[in-house]
Amino acid sequence: MSLRPDLAIIANNVASGSRVLDIGCGDGELMAVLRDAKGCDARGIEIDGANVSAAVARGLSVIQGDADTDLINYPDDTYDYAILSQTLQTARSPDRVLDDLLRIGRRAFVSFPNFAYWRVRWSLMWSGRMPVTAALPVSWYETENIHQLTIEDFRAFVAERGITVENAWFLSGDRRRGAAAANLRAEQAVFLLRR
Amino acid sequence: MSDDARFGLARTVSLPGPLALDGGARLSPVEIAYETYGTLNADGSNAILICHALTGDHHVASTHPITGKPGWWTRMVGAGKPIDPARHFIICSNVLGSCLGSSGPASKDPGGAPYAMRFPVITIRDMVRAQAMLVDHLGIGTLQAVVGGSMGGMQVLEWAATYPDRVRSAVVIASAARHSAQNIAFHEVGRQAIMADPQWRGGDYYADGKAPTAGLAVARMAAHITYLSEAGLTEKFGRRLQKRDAKSFGFDADFQIESYLRHQGISFVDRFDANSYLYITRAMDYFDLAEEHGGLLANAFKGTNTRFCMVSFDTDWLYPTSESRAVVHALNAAGAAVSFVELSSPFGHDAFLLDVPELNRVVDGFLRAGE
Repeated sequence: MSLRPDLAIIANNVASGSRVLDIGCGDGELMAVLRDAKGCDARGIEIDGANVSAAVARGLSVIQGDADTDLINYPDDTYDYAILSQTLQTARSPDRVLDDLLRIGRRAFVSFPNFAYWRVRWSLMWSGRMPVTAALPVSWYETENIHQLTIEDFRAFVAERGITVENAWFLSGDRRRGAAAANLRAEQAVFLLRR
Repeated sequence: MSDDARFGLARTVSLPGPLALDGGARLSPVEIAYETYGTLNADGSNAILICHALTGDHHVASTHPITGKPGWWTRMVGAGKPIDPARHFIICSNVLGSCLGSSGPASKDPGGAPYAMRFPVITIRDMVRAQAMLVDHLGIGTLQAVVGGSMGGMQVLEWAATYPDRVRSAVVIASAARHSAQNIAFHEVGRQAIMADPQWRGGDYYADGKAPTAGLAVARMAAHITYLSEAGLTEKFGRRLQKRDAKSFGFDADFQIESYLRHQGISFVDRFDANSYLYITRAMDYFDLAEEHGGLLANAFKGTNTRFCMVSFDTDWLYPTSESRAVVHALNAAGAAVSFVELSSPFGHDAFLLDVPELNRVVDGFLRAGE
């Protein structure tokens, strides 16, 4: 089983044996890898009931919940890592969610689609239509992405908040892109943050 | 199966006790009716205790000796089911206060007369303490899992809070950590129906066999409504008439729903004791796990190593998802390993007893991960 590229990066960079909270864990594919290959104590939150059932049925500790409303119930400093993959842009209050991530976890992995990727810009510029791409596959009226952002937006956002970027990875498909032109050339980004 | 008389179907044991009850009384001896299925493995690590609901019994997966009906949870317990005698040693006991084999108001007091209302008021924790005595008697230290729905789920939570080192996994289905005002209200309607029946006579009706069946039937009818969803009732009965083409302009059971509820009430009184109904509903109303732990539910699970699986149903308005969520939040705050899912079912609270394949998948995966 091969993980989605952003999840593979996260899986490769989580320390073995750590405590991990995966927010928006889907059916638990990353959690299962972290548990089986890295000996992590992985817990998850997922909004979709069918995904939760699938994750629990594979023996994972996953609760049905919403990042916007349920993170407040987690005590400080309980996890080595909080993971938010492809979910930040769907949150009602991404700023509060990010605060909670770094309150609950000492470090946080955040991955999101980059709205400044050149194909997105191309689509807006030449067809004047909201982009539908591999990373943004859903039309404007049914997308869950209510807070679209770019890599530059995110860099500025964490800088304003005094959050340390420990590492960052930029991807186009499953190919890595350099940091310099990432805002144009990367379809998605993975950041490792520290308080 | 071994020839150990402690194991098997339709067992009864009289434990000397005394069992110190939350209300201050001491009960001795303590009769417990129970059944076991499967074989305890060499290191005693495969025991699963199943806790039943308000009017349930210990015949979880065996034919009921009186009604001839199959066990009440054969969808969950049996060959090829999530709880499987081929893999697990399964225990199910009748709760304290009941009338189906364990000590309750219909039991004889030390003087030889039925306790009736002289039976001490009991709590969910008392029921669990009695179960722990049984588990001791069976020679089991730690349970692989304690599993239950509705009032059974309350017992599971109480087990995890009272005996955290004896429960490795806890499965709580369609339940709550406390009885809400609405829950208490419905129970009070039932109790008043029983006590308003002239045959109740302060609970002393055992001698002449004239039990307050009319009151008990009404109590069951009111309670039964809470076990079903409105959509389920509408689909099953709607406003359809019962074996007639027009309204009778009288008070006969014109509507199918009336006929159905009357049937539920009447058939219930054949198998249940009115005083037991008073005692067990009281135990549920008194249940508030947070109150037992300084008002903070998370304190009930502080430092726990038990894994939890909570399941609610979207159409259950008796113990709605919000009640399960409150428990999940407390478990998170306590750092416990917890899984939680709200499953979709049209059947309301009763869904936990009915055919919901997703429930079996979740429970099966959760139990296997702990084995």
